[in-house]
Amino acid sequence: MTRWTPDPTFYASPRDAAGAPPEKLAYVAAFDREARRPDAIAVVDVDPESTGYGTVVGWTDLPHTGDELHHFGWNACSSALCPTAPHPHVERRYLIVPGLRSSRIYVLDTKADPSRPEIVKVLEPDELADRAGYSRPHTVHCGPDGIYLSALGGAHGADGPGGIAVLDHDTFEVRGAWEADRGPQFLAYDAWWHLNHDVMVTSEWGTPSMIENGIVGELLLGRKYGHALHFWDLRQRRHLQTVDLGDAYQMPLELRPAHDPSKTYGFVGVVISVEDLSASIWVWHRDGERWTATRVIDIPAEPADPELLPDLLKPFGAVPPLVTDIDLSVDDRFLYISCWGTGELRQYDVSDPFHPVQTGSVRLGGIVGRAAHPARPDLPLAGGPQMVEVSRDGRRVYLTNSLYGAWDDQFYPDGVGAWQAKLDVDPGAGGLAVDPRFFPHGNDFRGLRVHQTRLQGGDASSDSYCFR
Amino acid sequence: MTWQQLTGLVALGAFHGLNPAMGWLFAVARGLQEGSRAALLRSLPAIAAGHAASVAVVASLVSATRSVLASTVVAVLTGLLLVGFGLWRLLSRRHFRWVGMRLSLAQLAGWSFLVSSAHGAGLMLLPVLLTAPPAGGPGHGGHLSAAPAGALSGLVAAGVHTAAMFAVAAGCAVLVYEVLGTGVLRRAWVNLDRLWAAVLVTAGLVTLVAAT
Repeated sequence: MTRWTPDPTFYASPRDAAGAPPEKLAYVAAFDREARRPDAIAVVDVDPESTGYGTVVGWTDLPHTGDELHHFGWNACSSALCPTAPHPHVERRYLIVPGLRSSRIYVLDTKADPSRPEIVKVLEPDELADRAGYSRPHTVHCGPDGIYLSALGGAHGADGPGGIAVLDHDTFEVRGAWEADRGPQFLAYDAWWHLNHDVMVTSEWGTPSMIENGIVGELLLGRKYGHALHFWDLRQRRHLQTVDLGDAYQMPLELRPAHDPSKTYGFVGVVISVEDLSASIWVWHRDGERWTATRVIDIPAEPADPELLPDLLKPFGAVPPLVTDIDLSVDDRFLYISCWGTGELRQYDVSDPFHPVQTGSVRLGGIVGRAAHPARPDLPLAGGPQMVEVSRDGRRVYLTNSLYGAWDDQFYPDGVGAWQAKLDVDPGAGGLAVDPRFFPHGNDFRGLRVHQTRLQGGDASSDSYCFR
Repeated sequence: MTWQQLTGLVALGAFHGLNPAMGWLFAVARGLQEGSRAALLRSLPAIAAGHAASVAVVASLVSATRSVLASTVVAVLTGLLLVGFGLWRLLSRRHFRWVGMRLSLAQLAGWSFLVSSAHGAGLMLLPVLLTAPPAGGPGHGGHLSAAPAGALSGLVAAGVHTAAMFAVAAGCAVLVYEVLGTGVLRRAWVNLDRLWAAVLVTAGLVTLVAAT
């Protein structure tokens, strides 16, 4: 049922959102790598005043096994206030939770008991395949007129092309493929937009066969993973332009457009350069009528004793940073960069997007570093900062440590474990500090691996705004 | 046109103007997008023109045809249509998207026409348009005898309605843009869709009751 007044978690502008009250609960995707037990959404108490602070206070187990929960998102968000398709009286209450491996999509209602979301709908893989022609659903964005869901694979055994499916935001049924004309686009990963400019941006990872059994060394050295961005007419659903970053820059993944709707730039993280194992951050921006991308941050690999490295990296004698997630604060000021290989989370002031200035760094885990959390200095951590989520007010940053089942196993063959951490941000000068009170880990997550965190009421990678 | 009809047309115009989904919100967004009040003000006539066209189609059709068809049949059918449409608006939660944010003033007028039509903005005027002018005798003779104005009176009605709609929409847009700020949207944006549906149903019932 619709509301009489707008959902209070919708904000007309990024500035309004930055003034939002702090979140009290966080939802975390947790999966069983062995596919013996069901995956689950774990609910973590993030209210510092609560006695349960920093602990898992609720679970929603899924009815199947082997889904491999990965990314998920809200059914509705601030884009509901956008004037081209205004419907501000829907509610941000459903989590759209895709299984990356199973292609099954769950709809969870968080309203009745926010700490135990209830499964209200399950879309079987056939619905996504038959109606949209896709599999391996990945990123969820609440659009003004529907739910946009990127998918890595084609349907019924086809490896690709991947693309975007649109879900009805009332019935949650798959309406169809988003693309009217995909042009040369084949590989898919993330998708986001500049709503006020009718522009969609998509990035590239690989097809299911390229990723599901781990990273394929020959494909990587053969520069076969994705290395381009695609720009689209959001309204006509047509491919406009490919911006190739160069085939050395393998796997441009997470897209973080400026939240300010008048701006037409954004950041994308590239996992690895095959030339020196470095990772990089690029800014896409307009160049006249065309789009272009400029590399603004390079993060070098760190030399390491080959004895300490997994087989894949032994020949190189170095740890790649492996930038696998980035996140941009709602005020567009700070960019957070997860270096999952070296176990570092970096903070940059990107007020001038072309000249980022590093303002903070925290080390947790890492392939060689194994940096411990201040709450348990005796416990070497595996994995590294991976999915990073920033609160709407920009003061808190949440990290989880698993990347993707098969890839975890390659880079952390002795086990990636499971942990979540929270960092406090100095909103003035920048700078990061690990919160010693917040460290759910290991058995707290029932042996499941933890991937993405979503915050109650929205976070820095949930919403799009139409007003400045 | 009686003063009751005029009042009704102006009141409904004000109601349509008040609804953010009818266009003033779009005007504010364009103003913010361009960073100029001029962009906002430029959008409003296009939005009003589209609204006027949508309303005029219905109004002139009704004004022209009631001279030919039996007014009771028209009124009953219209009443049922209004009630049905109102209930559909109330129950349907689909939101269409015809346009993007970047569009010309002509496209904006087209968008406004479609939005107004899809919301049944013209239908909402029917009870007012079908109101008999104060004829001498009892019954519904007035409907049939007041025929000659034809489509022209419908266009006049649409004009009066649109002028009221334009004034209120412009007031809302400028007020939000200059004074209140967009933050007001999340506090003051009551669900006009529900209200809208209720008005359609009410209009239909009024038409039905008046016709029988």
